[in-house]
Amino acid sequence: MKELLLGKLDGNALPHEWFTIAGSISFILLVIITALIITRLKRWKWLWNDWLTSVDPKKIGIMYFFVSGFMLIRGGLDAIMLWLQQALSSGSSQGYLSADHYQQIFTAHGNIMVFFVAMGFIFGLINYIVPLQIGARDLASPFLNTLGFWLFVAGVVMVNMFFLFGGEYAATGWLAVAPLSGKEFSPGVGVDYWIWSLQISGIGTTLGAINFIMTILKMRAPGMTLWKMPMFTWGSLCSMIMAVTVFPLLTATLFLVFFDRYLGTHFFTTLGGGDPMMYTNLIWMWGHPEVYILMLPAFGVFSEVVSTFSRKAIASYTSNVLGMIGVSVLALSVWLHHFFTMGAGANVNAFFGVMTMIIAIPTSVLVFTWIATMYKGRIRFDTPMLWFLGFVVIFAIGGIAGVMLAVPPVDFQLHNSLFLVAHFHSMVIGGVLFGIFCAITYWFPKFTGLKLNERIGRYAFWCWMIGFCMSFIPMYILGMLGATRRLDHYDASTGWQPFFVLMLIGGIIIAIGVALQLAQILASFIQKNRLRDTTGDPWNGRTLEWATASPPQFYNFTVIPHITTRDAFWEKKHHKLPKPAYEDIHMPKNTAAGIYISIFAFLVGFGFVWEIIWLVAVSIIGIIVVFVVRGFNEHPEYTITAAEVQQLEETRARKDLAVSRPEKHDDTDEDMGLWQLIGIVFGFAKDVIRNKRWRKW
Amino acid sequence: MVTNHETAHMVDHEAEANDRVMFGFWVYLMTDLLMFAVLFAVYAVLHGKTLGGESGRELFSLPLALTGTLILLTSSFTCGIGMIAARGGKKNLTLLWFGVTFILGLAFLGLELYEFTELIHEGHTLRSNAFLSSFFVLVGTHGLHITSGLLWMAITLVYVIRRGLNSHLVRKLALLSLFWHFLDIVWIFIFTIVYLKAFV
Ligand code: HEM
Ligand SMILES: [Cu+2]
Repeated sequence: MKELLLGKLDGNALPHEWFTIAGSISFILLVIITALIITRLKRWKWLWNDWLTSVDPKKIGIMYFFVSGFMLIRGGLDAIMLWLQQALSSGSSQGYLSADHYQQIFTAHGNIMVFFVAMGFIFGLINYIVPLQIGARDLASPFLNTLGFWLFVAGVVMVNMFFLFGGEYAATGWLAVAPLSGKEFSPGVGVDYWIWSLQISGIGTTLGAINFIMTILKMRAPGMTLWKMPMFTWGSLCSMIMAVTVFPLLTATLFLVFFDRYLGTHFFTTLGGGDPMMYTNLIWMWGHPEVYILMLPAFGVFSEVVSTFSRKAIASYTSNVLGMIGVSVLALSVWLHHFFTMGAGANVNAFFGVMTMIIAIPTSVLVFTWIATMYKGRIRFDTPMLWFLGFVVIFAIGGIAGVMLAVPPVDFQLHNSLFLVAHFHSMVIGGVLFGIFCAITYWFPKFTGLKLNERIGRYAFWCWMIGFCMSFIPMYILGMLGATRRLDHYDASTGWQPFFVLMLIGGIIIAIGVALQLAQILASFIQKNRLRDTTGDPWNGRTLEWATASPPQFYNFTVIPHITTRDAFWEKKHHKLPKPAYEDIHMPKNTAAGIYISIFAFLVGFGFVWEIIWLVAVSIIGIIVVFVVRGFNEHPEYTITAAEVQQLEETRARKDLAVSRPEKHDDTDEDMGLWQLIGIVFGFAKDVIRNKRWRKW
Repeated sequence: MVTNHETAHMVDHEAEANDRVMFGFWVYLMTDLLMFAVLFAVYAVLHGKTLGGESGRELFSLPLALTGTLILLTSSFTCGIGMIAARGGKKNLTLLWFGVTFILGLAFLGLELYEFTELIHEGHTLRSNAFLSSFFVLVGTHGLHITSGLLWMAITLVYVIRRGLNSHLVRKLALLSLFWHFLDIVWIFIFTIVYLKAFV
């Protein structure tokens, strides 16, 4: 009876180790505190109607940022724990983590950073910016978009669920190599959590990608041909096309792993005729393109930023776009470089080695177009530009390391060493994450109507840069000295400990960088009058998103623009526009269907993890019912009449006028510094305590 | 009052939406096809791994598979006719032909279930060896698609009965028929690669 009701779930599954207890308590506290604050502020309705059920890609974009930002901290804590273990655990000291726990941490770290930080931020950016850049009011399918987002959230919850139930995550590495991930070698629920977390969020990614392809190919403003599309949109299009090409492979492969574990099939097992090497092939056929799915939108961001801040059109738009297309196409045919050592034979290795090296060519084309854009440009060194410059340096180093690894004989030495780890962190941090930070500082005025504090932003950038070099340059060296990846203990005679200590210090500096980024946002809101952007175009931008207000109206464009040139907005700025003729606007209605489906999808996964069959069955029926109700709803849209549009526009214009009256500036020319911020925060705290202001709460 | 200009605007809006949805559904079908591609590749790698057990030649019944194939092909044909009727706004004909399609689909599914239960009764389950794992999963995934197609069809037809053939439902039927033809094509590959090849 108990088995029927609860499956494998029992008292042992509840948290009883220090890290699961700590994790559970912090998550539960977080939920309780948030709920209390919302209740106190009477904001539940607002939260539900204005945000959670919203289909506005701008709001969904912001929600992605929140979740991913939170996950960045969560995954960053993992990283610090790993580094601390490595710094301590030399010779007779075993550090503070068991080998098994250490393995779970690096697995969770990798999954969280790739799927829930990098992917989330990238999807958030695409959501917010692409419709604005192509002159669209919403997405081709607003419903698929919320659904994709909420499936992503379900994946996030699933990946953290082991704290509460089960107490173990997969200890298999972020791609769960077979046959280690089979039931035989990983009997616990960790791998099941891994499967369902990636499965659910991966399906969300596929749906999202289909939606963006539809949007970009079918909803561009009249006159915007493909060759007039902004570069970020190009990068996103390439990335999304790659995503629909490879995410189905991930989905299928995860199902096969699931069948192996759950039904006892023999796909990747050592017994029964299964083929573990097939798993390696399948997962990397998705895995390699995945890293470029993250990279291409970041390439697009850098192209926009370098051209805006050099006050010059991109040096060669055609080569830039062709470079991105080239990278995407080639990236589909290099996966084998992740397992040269598996023994595919010299000829196969040679082919994939050469293909991998060829990828460096379109990539270099991109780098050269950026450098050529800066040449003779009038460069402004605002923080987005700093992120870009930091990126170029780190990315070049990482790329060279990648080309070294692409030489099979070299790879036999360096494979699975810390050199590899340093390579991909150069690409993923220096490339993708810096790209995301660059994008967020660049478009922050669009998101909020405020520019970000520049001074603290510079501090944050330099912390990241210095911290990165301190932790990853020693890692390259250690890798060449022979340190393997995923090492939780090493002999004292290796003499590696100082390097690991240096890496830990670097990690702490990066953590300070993250803290500074949060401080930067706080400081910007404190100084909001000074930093407010009333023009909609704070950087003297070139592309269409800057033609809207900051933040844009929920329908983006009052009148859909007609495009005649690249850098559409740049051209337009120099012509006076005729007074717009307002027209009716059709907008999608909010819907909670995505939330419901995701809850059920989560329960399907949870049911499978714990083998609670009734839960799975009920949830699948739930999904079908919601789909039917939603799918046969014939009125998912509403209309705003031209008169209403006019009214909305006029109110906004009035509001803009009110805030744009010149404020008295502080005496300093610069944005608020760190000390001033700390002073204000302390002053506020003192005031709260002294005047007993919490009583009012 | 609705002016001419406004109706034209609405029609445009709807045509655009149709065009987008059709395109998006094609992209979705491609992703589904890629999932099948993985399963085909897996079958290609594992179909020899019988561990000394019986191979496809001994296990499969060609007449059974052929019957299934013919039934599914016919159902694609009736589905096409149903679509023509739907486009012409003929509600009863639409219901009739899609009804026939539904029954044929059910028959196909029945045959497949029969084949599976026979195999399982003889002790050939998906745990037996890698060959059978890949066989059951490949063919079963197709069967699962057919099942969801049937479910979709049943629900849509109920709505057609209730609401009549409005443009929204015609679009649903058009997507459904695309899906159905897609499953037919996948089946042809399964029939060739799994069944026919076992006998050459
Ligand atoms: C010039 C371009 C690049 C080349 C030639 C290259 C080459 C390689 C090679 C050969 C490996 C496998 C090494 C081994 O396992 O022994 C590798 C691993 C990896 N690369 Fe790159 N790469 C390039 C760009 C990138 C980019 C842009 C990213 C991410 C945005 C990236 C992320 C990764 C990751 C995550 C891994 C290893 C994952 C793992 O084993 O867990 N690479 N790269
Ligand atoms: Cu790769």
